[in-house]
Amino acid sequence: MSDLATFRDETRAWLEANCPAEMRKPMRNEDDACWGGRNFKFSSPAQKTWLQRMGEKGWTAPEWPKEYGGGGLSREQAKILKEEMAVIKARSPLMSFGIWMLGPALLKYGSEEQKKRYLPQITRGEIRWCQGYSEPGAGSDLASLQTRCEDKGNHYEITGQKVWTSYADKSDWIFCLVRTDREAPKHQGISFILFDMQSEGVSTKPITLISGRSPFCETFFDQVKVPKENLVGTLNKGWDIAKYLLTHERAMIGDSGGGGGALGGRSLGQIAVNALGTDAQGRLADSALRADLARAEIDGWSFLLTMERMKDEAKAGQGIGARSSMLKYYGTELNKRRYELMMASKGHGALEWEGEASRDGELPRAWLRTKANSIEGGTSEVQLNIISKRILGLPAT
Amino acid sequence: MALVLNEEQEMLREAAKGFLGEKAPVSALRKLRDDDDPLGWSRALWEEMAAMGWTGILVPEEYGGIDYGMVGAGLIVQEMGRNLTASPFISTAMMAVTALREGSDEQRQKWLPGIAQGKTVIALAVDEGVKHDPANTALRAEAHGNGYRLNGEKSYIIDGFDADALIVAARTSGEPGDEAGISLFIVEKEAVGTASSRTKLLDSRNYAHTEFKDMDVAGDALIGTLDEGFALLERVLSVGRTGLAAEMLGASEQSFDMTMDYIKERKQFGTHVGAFQGLQHRSAHLYSEIELVKSAVLKALQMFDEAPEMAGAGAALAKAKAGEVGVLAANEAVQMHGGIGMTDEYDIGFYMKRIRAAQELLGDYAFQANRLAILRGF
Repeated sequence: MSDLATFRDETRAWLEANCPAEMRKPMRNEDDACWGGRNFKFSSPAQKTWLQRMGEKGWTAPEWPKEYGGGGLSREQAKILKEEMAVIKARSPLMSFGIWMLGPALLKYGSEEQKKRYLPQITRGEIRWCQGYSEPGAGSDLASLQTRCEDKGNHYEITGQKVWTSYADKSDWIFCLVRTDREAPKHQGISFILFDMQSEGVSTKPITLISGRSPFCETFFDQVKVPKENLVGTLNKGWDIAKYLLTHERAMIGDSGGGGGALGGRSLGQIAVNALGTDAQGRLADSALRADLARAEIDGWSFLLTMERMKDEAKAGQGIGARSSMLKYYGTELNKRRYELMMASKGHGALEWEGEASRDGELPRAWLRTKANSIEGGTSEVQLNIISKRILGLPAT
Repeated sequence: MALVLNEEQEMLREAAKGFLGEKAPVSALRKLRDDDDPLGWSRALWEEMAAMGWTGILVPEEYGGIDYGMVGAGLIVQEMGRNLTASPFISTAMMAVTALREGSDEQRQKWLPGIAQGKTVIALAVDEGVKHDPANTALRAEAHGNGYRLNGEKSYIIDGFDADALIVAARTSGEPGDEAGISLFIVEKEAVGTASSRTKLLDSRNYAHTEFKDMDVAGDALIGTLDEGFALLERVLSVGRTGLAAEMLGASEQSFDMTMDYIKERKQFGTHVGAFQGLQHRSAHLYSEIELVKSAVLKALQMFDEAPEMAGAGAALAKAKAGEVGVLAANEAVQMHGGIGMTDEYDIGFYMKRIRAAQELLGDYAFQANRLAILRGF
């Protein structure tokens, strides 16, 4: 038996023995997602057990090195783990900006001490992180950020405001872009720094969105003292780390938005069939909607294959680079289209905002949420600019 | 199978790129058109392709082919798309070979070596109306003596003019619209005779219209099983659709590259027009769409080898997406070139015309989308 086949058998057996039955059922609502952290309230004992067991194996971050709390798995092994988890419908044990974003940055730019200190806390779900990037005056033009970080001899002092900080009110620590040189050109005076959200001078205020939900906050820093060893990488070189992370984030947003379910699972069209019925030939009676749905499926399927191709090319040594902007652009625009079609497929029912039947307006709130997909992490227009300049080599104005 | 080319496939692509760029660039198509060449393609070039193994790329080795598989065939035809190389590659080397591989020993022995040697051209006669609709086959084949008697008409037969044989989809039972009751026959040039006439479409390639009036063929002209030819016909069409998708991908890539080069050079209002965001965003969008086509086409090609039962769906996806994006690429190319894009002297119009034909042949976007919708349960 090949090593991978053995690994698959062992993984299957381990998951069978260790994944609680309750964690194999679909999530009922947002509360069922486990984010971990100091103040996290587990929705059930099973959720806590599942996180602990996966965290101990390092399988919350399967491909990270074992010495930093990861699983130490190869890409192939990680893929098998993912497949085997899908077979038993296991929930993700941990949602984490630490895993998705900070971790990759620390692995590349962090000091040995930083990796040893922060990464294991992330994989075990002990510390929940948020990202301090955007500011009221620095959205698409992120590099114009103004949050000030001054060298006070034995520590740094940070003053300023961030906005669109995801779950800042629920997070333990923040990774943050700050201005450390106000004289240098805007890209060259930025640093990447970590600090505790319980520090004196930090406050947060949730922002209520059009969906009625508040996943984002305004975050204020008033003379926050930060130890010097919390700086990641080189002073004033934080923009390199920010760009690296944004590439990760874009690939992730594209991935989650994307053709989701275009190949597997229920098709968009079947959702419409269930809601609206068919003609005698078994086809969706509304032929205009049917054509739009087919178009979305064709694009969704093609997009999914493109994600797969990019991963395979990355594995074969061709980096994704600026093409992550293409994935981000296309995936998010596609996701918005898909939700428009789901809304159309359910008609008036899609407008219901409260009550058991609509699960308090789950669909329309999710539809509204998708409108941010093409804004957050760099707008579609910014992605198109990046593609134009960095891939197509079109001249600057 | 990873969605990347292996080293051997990369080498084949490089070879195809080099050969076609030198021997059959767009200027070769222009010359065939200007000369009003009866075939619309060059026999000498076809024989050179045969010498490199291309015409036999899907032919089993025992019949003189190299049996290299669909990914290789797709790479060649993609490069043909880049150069707009006219040849009966899709009709003969891809579709006819796929049909004949399922034929009798005698049929394989009779036809496949000739194809591998570049001496034989065989076209698929399937369409009867102005839209592709294979299940609607009305041309009848009735038992007659030891063979069959064919009555009906076929139109828009790709590369059908002067072909050595036609593979004809005929109704042997049931009614137009039924998938059951369709059979495939191979009809030789001698039998077709003067019943076939040539027409050129906007892409300057030859298509045939053939009238079958009491045309008799022998019993051994039947390919596969009587009345049960639709599944094989579908497989042949899927191969052809994927070929056309690969060709449109190549044509889209080339017209896009030409357009990017042009807008980096062309100056108006004192600056390169490529510096204007109005063109940049449309270019970046088109770039993204072409990336999707690459993935869909490569996957469709691989499916013939790794998941043949899904190859029909893969082909429909690739044909739909490549056709949609091909039309966008051609339209944007002409628009971004401005006035010069409208002139016959400039090559871009050739791309627009070929893509227009290729997206219609063997089923347009709506046809493929309808198939996929049915497959996906709506």
